[in-house]
Amino acid sequence: MTSSIYEHSVQLDVSRCTGCTNCLRRCPTEAIRINDGHAVINDSRCIDCGECIRICDNKAKKAVVGKLEDMERFRYKIALPAPSLYGQFDNLDDVDYVLDGLLKVGFDDVFEVSKAAELVSAYTRQYLKTEGIKLPIISSACPVIVRLIALRFPSLNDNVMHMLPPMEVAAKLARRRAKEQHPELEDNEIGVCFISPCPAKASYVKNGFADYQSAVDVVISMSDVYFSLISKMSRDAEVDTMTESGMVGIGWASSGGEATALFNDEYLAADGIENVINVLEQIENGNIPPVKFIELDACTAGCVGGVLTVQNPYIAKTRLQSLRRYLPVSKNFLSPEEQEYIPELYLFNELPVYKPITRLSDNMAESMRMMADIQRLRGILPGIDCGACGAPSCRALAEDIVRGNAKLEDCKILQK
Amino acid sequence: MSDSLVFHFDVDGDNFTSAGQASTQVKKNLRQLGLSPAIIRRVSIAMYEGEINMVIHANGGTADVVVTEEYIEIILADTGPGIKNVEQAMQEGFSTATDSIRSLGFGAGMGLPNMKRYTDSLDIDTVVGEGTTITMRVNLG
Repeated sequence: MTSSIYEHSVQLDVSRCTGCTNCLRRCPTEAIRINDGHAVINDSRCIDCGECIRICDNKAKKAVVGKLEDMERFRYKIALPAPSLYGQFDNLDDVDYVLDGLLKVGFDDVFEVSKAAELVSAYTRQYLKTEGIKLPIISSACPVIVRLIALRFPSLNDNVMHMLPPMEVAAKLARRRAKEQHPELEDNEIGVCFISPCPAKASYVKNGFADYQSAVDVVISMSDVYFSLISKMSRDAEVDTMTESGMVGIGWASSGGEATALFNDEYLAADGIENVINVLEQIENGNIPPVKFIELDACTAGCVGGVLTVQNPYIAKTRLQSLRRYLPVSKNFLSPEEQEYIPELYLFNELPVYKPITRLSDNMAESMRMMADIQRLRGILPGIDCGACGAPSCRALAEDIVRGNAKLEDCKILQK
Repeated sequence: MSDSLVFHFDVDGDNFTSAGQASTQVKKNLRQLGLSPAIIRRVSIAMYEGEINMVIHANGGTADVVVTEEYIEIILADTGPGIKNVEQAMQEGFSTATDSIRSLGFGAGMGLPNMKRYTDSLDIDTVVGEGTTITMRVNLG
């Protein structure tokens, strides 16, 4: 990425926005204001969690992701299904029907993200044994979490695991396999398409991650491919056995899946953005039990709760349970030699730079003056957090006024 | 010029669900002031421990955080039972918390030691039967 502008995947369709205040208070980073009768998203605060998409009754918030047609520019097309995809279908008793369906949709190869997840789990077990690492380790698999930490919890930066998420590992391994099977292919002829449960993955691919460039070319939404896929999936015909993942890999789709795959009960797994923020606060306060690993999923129930999925997260989770029932624990293990070190392919170097989004001013004395003004204004404002002014709370309006982005007259109650 | 800012909080006694709210709010305020993550972490841990102590032992109290350009001062005042033996209370692992408090995961005897560890000065003014005022300071820069 050369530009410093972060390209978000959660965007607003102004024509559909009625200026209601539903999204205003739902936003965990207070990134939304209502201005001129419609919502405005502050890009520097947005973490692409998708909460506003969930709450909007007018479908004015949308996820901007790729389309299946975007893959047509590639000669060799590879699908990377997220494990949560398997939970979207009724009465599915074999993952192979989904994989076979993806080939029929037009992909030349399918590489399961759940396979890569099993490898990531295996290497994470090794990573935990590394001497001198800062405990607890915080998983970097959910892109919302790493962005949230970069924006709001900088003191926890050193706890973030420098392991790439399964999506990236899958993309790299899929490319490698394509090159081995088809040496005639040029790099730019191979296209990798992630079938995503959430807009945050699309943002990760578009923007990269600090100095890391994503190996995925196109991100499409699960709900987008759902209907074409379901019409191509045969349930009666025999399909080839293709799946290369077991219980561990598919388990990554729901909260606790990544953590339990470490075969070590010293973990904490939290899901849902509010719970996650609360847990991060508690870690900063030094107020959590001594655990080695922390899995945080922005969506309720984990990736199955992603805003681009089709099915209710808990129903999807139950379906995955029955799919996992007859699978081996894992189909991907590391040989003793492979256990000796973690290859480059699995790691990233840098974390995004801490951006203090809430800082009032770069000058401490100035910040203190502004803070004093905020306190004074909070005494004047009614404190009922009605949202009519366009800010999520009276405190937020006070801050906006002091920052010069709003006026005291914006308060509808004081105007009465 | 060195103006100071004061954040005042009433800490509810016997209400574990809200314990830690004041320190969370202070953390947000300090972030807005642009203080370094290391300072914020020290202040919030010390304050959190103090807040919990007031809830466990003193049926609540007040917390005032004074911010100047030179230091951050945290003053925790309660009208609880007071501390009988301050030297003993400062030892790691010493606790007078009841079993019911311990069953909630508190009362490990690390409160005061942590408050001392994360601040530059800690002053305890306590009278048995009347209450305790703890003043902590974290120096900036």
